[in-house]
Formats: sequence, C-alpha cells, structure tokens
Amino acid sequence: MIPVCHLTDLPAGESVRIDTAPPIAVFNADGEIYAIDDTCTHQDASLADGWLEGCLVECPLHAASFDLRTGMPTCLPARRAVRTHPVTVEDGMIYVHHAAEEGTAA
Amino acid sequence: MRTVTVVGASLAGLYAARALRSQGFQGRLVIVGDEHHRPYDRPPLSKDFLKGETGQEQLALADAEEIAELDAEWVLGTRAAGLDDEGRTVRLAGGRALATDGVVIATGATPRRLPGPELSGVHTLRTLDDAQALRADLAGGPGRVVVIGGGFIGAEVASSCAALGHDVTVVEAAPLPLLPQLGEEMAGVCAALHGDHGVALVTGTGVAALRGEPGGRVTGVELADGRLLPADTVVVGIGVRPNTDWLAGSGIAVADGVVCDAGCVTALPHVVAVGDVARAGGSRTEHWTSATEQAAVAVHNLLAGATLMAHRAVPYFWSDQYGVRIQFAGRRLPTDTVRIVEGSPEDRSFLAAYERDGRTTAVLALNRPRPFMKQRRELMRAAQPVAS
Repeated sequence: MIPVCHLTDLPAGESVRIDTAPPIAVFNADGEIYAIDDTCTHQDASLADGWLEGCLVECPLHAASFDLRTGMPTCLPARRAVRTHPVTVEDGMIYVHHAAEEGTAA
Repeated sequence: MRTVTVVGASLAGLYAARALRSQGFQGRLVIVGDEHHRPYDRPPLSKDFLKGETGQEQLALADAEEIAELDAEWVLGTRAAGLDDEGRTVRLAGGRALATDGVVIATGATPRRLPGPELSGVHTLRTLDDAQALRADLAGGPGRVVVIGGGFIGAEVASSCAALGHDVTVVEAAPLPLLPQLGEEMAGVCAALHGDHGVALVTGTGVAALRGEPGGRVTGVELADGRLLPADTVVVGIGVRPNTDWLAGSGIAVADGVVCDAGCVTALPHVVAVGDVARAGGSRTEHWTSATEQAAVAVHNLLAGATLMAHRAVPYFWSDQYGVRIQFAGRRLPTDTVRIVEGSPEDRSFLAAYERDGRTTAVLALNRPRPFMKQRRELMRAAQPVAS
C-alpha cells in the first residue's frame, strides 16, 4: 500500500505521478480516483502529464488514449493496455495498492 | 473499388491501410514496401534504439493480430518502379505489374547525402537498417563523431552519441540550428543544450568535403572555412528528398512532393498521397502526427471518389535530446513575437508562446508536457472551422 497524497491535494481534473518502479499515475476524474501505470504502452511518455477528459487520459506525445477504469487503449497508436491499480481513501489520504507484476487489468 | 494498393509500408502507409479497413473497404488490399521490414516506428531510431535501450521488437507499429485483421497482401523488399495507365497499374521493380482501382502514395523520403566518393563510417539515419549500421559502428568504443546538420535528427543523434560516451561535434551551416522553425531566441535556447552536455556546436559554416581514402574509412570533415574536424564516424542529417522518382511519366504532378489538394487527392481522384511524400494543400510536412492524420482524410476521399474532407490540423512535432523533451505546435511566422509563459529557459524547462496581433500562433515547450498539451488543444480548438 503506497500513500499518494491527501485527497484535497488532488482536485478534480488533476493527476500526480508516484515514483514506484515502474511509475504509477493517479488521477482525480471528476471525484473518482484511479491509478494506472504511468508509462504509455506505445512510447515513452508519462500519462500523468496527459490530457484528462472524463474517464479517459490522452498521452501527451502521440494522443493514444486509455480508459482509467480498465487500462484499455481506446484508440491507436496504443494497442496494449496499461495496468490498473486499486485505490483506497482512508482518513482523507489516497493509497494505491500496487497490482502484482503479472496482474494486468485487461 | 475492388483493389487498393498502398505504396509505402511505413507509418503513413500503415495508417492508410488501417483507415481503409476501418472505413469499410472490404476489397483486396495490397501494401508495397521497399524495406524488408513490416511497419515500424522511426522516431526511436535516433534515440533509445541508437542507445541500445530499445530493441527491434519494440519498434513494431502493428502486432501479429492486427496484421492478420488487416487482411492485406504484403509485397515487401520491393520498390515501386512506376505508375501507369492513368494510375490503374503499379509497376514494381523486377517487372511485376499490379492492376489496381485505387492508389495511396506513401513512399516517404530519402535522406540527402553529401557529394563525393563513398566512405565507410559515413551514415544517414532514416531506416532501421541505417540505425543498425550506425549502432554497430558506434559500438567499437568511444570515438570522434561529427554530426553534419543540427536539425532534430542531428541533435538527437548527437545526444545519443554523447550518452554513449563519444566525443561529438555538430556542424550547422546556418547561424543557428532550427532557426526557421523556432526563431532566433528559442533556437538559441535549444542550441545551448549541446554545450550543456559537452557537445561542441560549430555554426555558420558548411562542409567542403569529407576526408578519407576512396573506398576506405572517413578520417575527417573539412569545413568551408578551412577547419578540419577529425572524425571516426560521420552522421549526415541535412534533410530529405521526397521519393517521387518512380512517378516519372505517370502524369501525377510532382513538385518537392506529390502535388495534391488539402484532402490529399491528386489530379486523379483515385490516387491520393500521404505522409512525407505528400505536398498537400501547398505544403509538405515531415511530422509523425500529420502522417497519421492525413491517412484518415485521404482514405475518406479516396473511397468517396472526391475531396469531401480536408486535412487542417495544427502542425505538431516533438524531439527528445539530452533528457529534454521539446514540443512545438502551431504555425509561426518570422515576425511573430515570443514570450515565456511559465518556467525559465535557463532551467531548460519552460513554455513559450509565439504571438501575432494578440493571438497565440504557436507554442514551444521544453520539459513542460502538461501545459503544452493544454495550449496545443487551444490552438486546435481555435483552428476548427466555426459551425454555421
């Protein structure tokens, strides 16, 4: 279980990257908190830097788009899913539960 | 339309093939490529691939599942030699002729070379084979590398070579690299990245000749101002020439690219052009993103038999060098003024806006992907035609 930040520090529409190996991106999508692998499956770019719209995040480099709920790519050029990680909020603190290496969401 | 032939099996050709299937074309799809490889991504060739941090497998643009789904006939390792019969026959090197109803021209471009005899140790970088040859050459231990041309390819190769421990010099004929693209102030900031990382930048002088025994290995680069730069390896990155020679006699107009309208359609409605080879709506772009965007537009018009859609995207390109991500979007004119919106050039992390008459025309970011993306979106929104 990895502490991320206080819920109040991650307002709706914002994202934060945590330096796990590999790094994880945590998003507040209109009040719902999601965590996915930070690195786009298409090419080296940080999804925490991406464009968040609803439950979709668009990669800042090539506009690949991923569904935060499933990790599935919704359009090219990405074809492989990113892993999703369970998130809990306890006493106003966001925690990410690192999914096992082999546990892909897809 | 029963048969469509896509000539060119790189990014633009693959995206055209994808667009044909996703837009409902169920006929015979033939993809011709002069390289032996299935479509792969070129941007990493000058970066992670050159540094040995990425392998060939990771470059593939389409996996086996998608290749099967596309249901195409792949004619690889074969150059197109001509387009005959008003665009109804694609002639291949070796003499085979493919009868076709529609043609997508996606033949890309070839790096310009310096005149003079062939010398080993002199490279251009465009294809996977080029990158493998350069990588092998650089693996012999630290040496002196001279990169001719300070554009993005040159700068990325210089960055990768420096990371590999080589002694690198970049030679740029203009007063600064990327001057036409970025303007003096921002080109100056990007040029400073070389010095930050111990790479010498020589500007304002062209190359007179490469030194070396004919048939032997390069030993140095002689500059137009008389200086001699000793070199073990030379990389030439001085731009490209669109691959249009095969269209001679086809009736397709060629002028630094295949001349087509803003919808990527040539004078023949069943022949379209996409990617680096296309001069669409009066301009030719060599950007990854425009190649992918043009494919969808061109195929739409090809299947419709007329130009129903135009490609009017905001140009976008990026470069990774020395751990700095450079991103640019928009259309900048030399008279535009530039303003730092956030961050600072000294920190090599900032967002700059180019402005004209109070409007933002383009944005440049170094290591600021998030605000850049927001600005790029706003440029894209502003470029949308107003709905009536």
